Order: sequence, then structure tokens, then C-alpha cells
Amino acid sequence: MRRYVLKRIALMLLLLLGMSFIVFASLYIAPGDPAMMVAGPSATDEDLAVVRASLGLDKPFLVQYFMYLRRLVTLDLGNSYTSRQPILDEIIVRLPNTLNLACAAMILAVAIGIPCGILTAMKKDTIVDNAVTTSSLIALSIPNFLLGTILMYIFAVKLNLLPVGGMTHYFWTPIGFKEAILPAFALATGTIASFIRLGRSAMLDVLQSDYIRTAKSKGLKGSTIIVGHALRNALIPLVTQFGTSFGGLLGGAIITEQVFVINGIGTYLINAIRNYNYPVVQSTVLVIATMFILINLAVDLLYCVIDPRIKYEG
Amino acid sequence: MNEVKRVNPIRVAAEKLLKNKLAVVCFVVLVVEIIMVILAPWIAPFSYEEQDPSIRLRPGFWAQWGEQSPKPADQYAPGHYLGTDKYGRDVYSRLLYGGRVSLLVGFVSTAMGLVVGTICGLLAAYYPKLDNPIMRVMDLLFTFPSILLAMLIIAMLGVNAFNTMLAISVWSIPSFARMVRGRALQVKEEDYVMATRSLGAKDSRILFVHILKNCLPVIIVTATMRIASSIISISTLSYLGMGVTPPMPEWGDMISAGKEYLWNRPSLTFIPGITVMVTVICFNILGDKLRDILDPSLKD
Repeated sequence: MRRYVLKRIALMLLLLLGMSFIVFASLYIAPGDPAMMVAGPSATDEDLAVVRASLGLDKPFLVQYFMYLRRLVTLDLGNSYTSRQPILDEIIVRLPNTLNLACAAMILAVAIGIPCGILTAMKKDTIVDNAVTTSSLIALSIPNFLLGTILMYIFAVKLNLLPVGGMTHYFWTPIGFKEAILPAFALATGTIASFIRLGRSAMLDVLQSDYIRTAKSKGLKGSTIIVGHALRNALIPLVTQFGTSFGGLLGGAIITEQVFVINGIGTYLINAIRNYNYPVVQSTVLVIATMFILINLAVDLLYCVIDPRIKYEG
Repeated sequence: MNEVKRVNPIRVAAEKLLKNKLAVVCFVVLVVEIIMVILAPWIAPFSYEEQDPSIRLRPGFWAQWGEQSPKPADQYAPGHYLGTDKYGRDVYSRLLYGGRVSLLVGFVSTAMGLVVGTICGLLAAYYPKLDNPIMRVMDLLFTFPSILLAMLIIAMLGVNAFNTMLAISVWSIPSFARMVRGRALQVKEEDYVMATRSLGAKDSRILFVHILKNCLPVIIVTATMRIASSIISISTLSYLGMGVTPPMPEWGDMISAGKEYLWNRPSLTFIPGITVMVTVICFNILGDKLRDILDPSLKD
């Protein structure tokens, strides 16, 4: 158990290191001179040299990378080229909006996807099964920005029931709920569909196993078998999917934020890409990726709880 | 002497596919679409950049049905079957030309991902020493939320169609590598691989002829599905303004431009939207059915 946890944490640190390297290297080779961006367009060559020395840009690549890492450890993400403000502060202001959206979407995905997946497995090869499986394939085929636009057209433009966009409150408040429901649904659709498909196949696998047959032959009630025996085992692959999906939702939130005009880190990132604001691009990507890695670590550790078999493996 | 009847596996698969009505419909839709898109310069009634300010934001042929609107701005402009956009450009022509970008990027980026991913998967499966390093790099690529990886590549290399294609192909690589590796690990243990080796075949021949051949079903299925997601990706990136450079149309870019007029001219959003959706659904259904036929063990 302890070995497993330590191994996971070591792997996570390695991934974080690899990620920071990719992000750093990718922007190191990106066009544009960072010293010029900091010093401004009217800077002379001498000014540039001073700025370059103060930022450490005259040092070799690896030295610069280690300097970057050292700053990361102290949570210093540098300043934005455009606003000249610390990037960390700008991210902290926007992050709650993105997390609000991603969490609302995750709740929808779990609440709709998993029950539907289990239902289809139990009604295998009936109309319900076919209808749900086919619609999940269609749901996987709709780009989330398109679904967002369609939902916006129906519920905000035509029916005038919900706001067109923006996000000012958390989703558990009445105003926040109205604001979050459309973007969260648009964002969650793909995840709902993959939960349905995975839930269905996981449940089918479990229902065919020996211990379920034993439970049946003991004369247990159908509901006891499903809830007490099958569900827990069927949840294992779903938990893995939960980790990957959350990353997908964070990535998807970047797009959904654009559709519904939400001021989250996705909007921040896209504006930064448009303005060649490289430190912001670097930091935002790193923040999103780090969250994703941490969630995956949490999922791996959660495994031990729901699947005790893992404890005994190396 | 016993006559051994040779069966062509491709023919068997094709016959099975033809029996599935839904798959046939999807296949026909895609073929028609691809032909139309290729023939765009000849069949499109207008060029994609030809502007006509006198007929801005006109509706399509449906405006002729039912009650006619008295306002000239709401009337059908003859010849512009699907209406016109904010610059008075023909939506139907732009849809055809836009499809060239979407489908080309879909196919080419999948092909690039396929080649690199398949080679990585084969090498990882065949040489145990390479397995860990290759697959950990794939894990790293998988760890990055896909759209983020594409954006990072585009931020780094600049916005143009080729970079977008590259960005999308990079994120296809790990799917191919994982699928091929999984299949190749099974195939590697088969008797005929052992037999080939004992006949003195070189590693490269075993790997790229015998094992690769048996990985083809997996590759075909993965490729069909990846084309679908690549089309979603390119339209998403174009929607965000990181795909093609105007005035070159692309479906995602048309949706994004149409959103401005969602109130009075929703067709500008819905026409390209439905086109993307239908295309992606067809590729996904086709991939789904192909998987059932070619490799039933992969189901779900």
C-alpha cells in the first residue's frame, strides 16, 4: 500500500517535471524576443541588454530552465506582458469561474452518465439500450462549441428562459445555477456519453462474472446483487475515467468559456495566444496541466479504497 | 488433395458492412460529401471570397416558402441557395470550400498520427526495452488535455493551416500507439510469428510485414474514429480563431462568424453546424460498425 502510494507520487512529480520542461522548451523556441516585450518597442540595444541580463535571458537554455523551475517552486509565475501584473494574481481571479463551470459539468456527467450506463447494461439489447447507446454516439459527435451555440439559441434567444452568457455567481446559488446550466450541459455532453458507454460495458463485464452467478444462485434479490455486489466493481473503470474526464472538461471549458463569454482561465489563455503574451500562455497551460495531474493522483489513491486488490500488488 | 479456398478478408468485411443499412447510409453520405468538396471549384456557384454588399445576410431557399416577407433584406437572393453571410458571400460555396479544409486536415492529420503512432506502438510491443520509454512519452502526451496541447503548439509555431494540422496530428499519436501496441503484443506470441522467425526472417520483416498486417483492423478502426475527432478539433480551433487564415473558409470559422447573427439569421450558424455534426456522426458510426465487424473483441 505504502509502496503503491509512494510510486504514484514519484510518478506525479516526474510528470510535473516533464510537463514544465515541455512548456518551457516550447516557448523558448517560440518566435519573438521576450526582452523586447518587457522593455517595450522604444528600447535601445543597451536597454535590451540590461533587461536580458536581469531576466537571465543571456544564460544557456538549461540554466534558464532551472531558474524557471526555481521560480515555479516559489509560485512566481512572472508578469504578464500586456497588463504588467503578476500572472498568479490574474489566474487566481479567473480560476474560480473555470472550476465552477468544470465542477458543474462533472456533477451533471456523473448524475446522468453513470445511472444511464447501468440502466442500459441491465436492459441490454432492448429499445432503451439501443436508443441510449445511439444517442450517446451522436452526443460524442457534436463539438461542444456547437452544442453550446444551439442551446444558447433555443433557451436564451428563442425561449428567453436563461441568460445568454456570463458567470457572476457559483452554480449552487439561484443566479449562478441559471448562468451555469447551459454552459455546463454543453460542456458535459461528451463526458456524459463516455460515462454511459463505459458504465454499460463495465456493468456488463461484472454481470457475467462468477460471483454474480453465485449471488444469484444463493437466491439474493436482484436489487441486492446490483447495489451490493455489481455496482462497486463496475465503478472501478469509471473512477479512472473520472480522472481523465476532468482534464477533458478543463480543456473543454476553454472553449465553452468562449461561447458563453465567461471570464475564466480559458479566455485568459486564448487572449494571451492572440497577443503573443508568452508567459501567460506558459503559466496557464502549466496550471491546467498541474490540476489535471493532481486529480489523476487523487484518483489513483482513491483506487486503493474501492479496489483493495491493488494494495497487495507492487 | 484438399482444395483450400482462399478468402479475401477485405471482401468478407465489405460484404458484412453492406448488410448494415446504417453503415451503408453513412458511407454513401461521406462519399457524396467528399466528391462534392473535391469538385468545389467546379460545382460551387460562386467563389468563396466574392463579396456582394447589396445582398448581405440574406436567407436561403426556405424564404420562398409560406408567407413572403415584405422587407427586401429578408428575401431570397436568387442563386444563393443557402443564403449569404455578413459580407454578402455565398454560404453554399463557402460550405463546399470550407469542407476542403476540414476534411483535408481530418485526413492528413490522422494519417500523420497513424504513421508515427503505429511505428511507436510496434516498436514498443516488439522491443521490451523500448516499451517503457515510448509508452511513458505517450502517457505524457495523453496527460495534456488535448486542446491545450494543440494550443501550445499553435502558440509556439504561429497560426496557419499547416501548424493546426501538425497540432492535431500530435494528439492522434498516442491513441494509435496504444491500440497498435496492445494488438501487437498479442500477435507477437502467435505461432506464425515464431515460425517466420525460425525461417530466418529479419526483425524488420516480422514487425512491418507480419505483425503490422495483423494490426490493420485495429488501425483502420482507430483511424476512422480519429478522423471524426480531428474534424471536431480543426473546427474547434477555427472557431477560436486558430485554424485557417481568412478569407479561406472553414466550418468552425463559419459557425463562429455566424454566432454574431444568431438572433436574426440563425441559419448562418446552423448550416455549417449541421454539416460538421453529420460528417462527424457518419465517421463515428462507420468506425463503430467497422469495429464490430473487423475486431469484435474491441467492442466497448
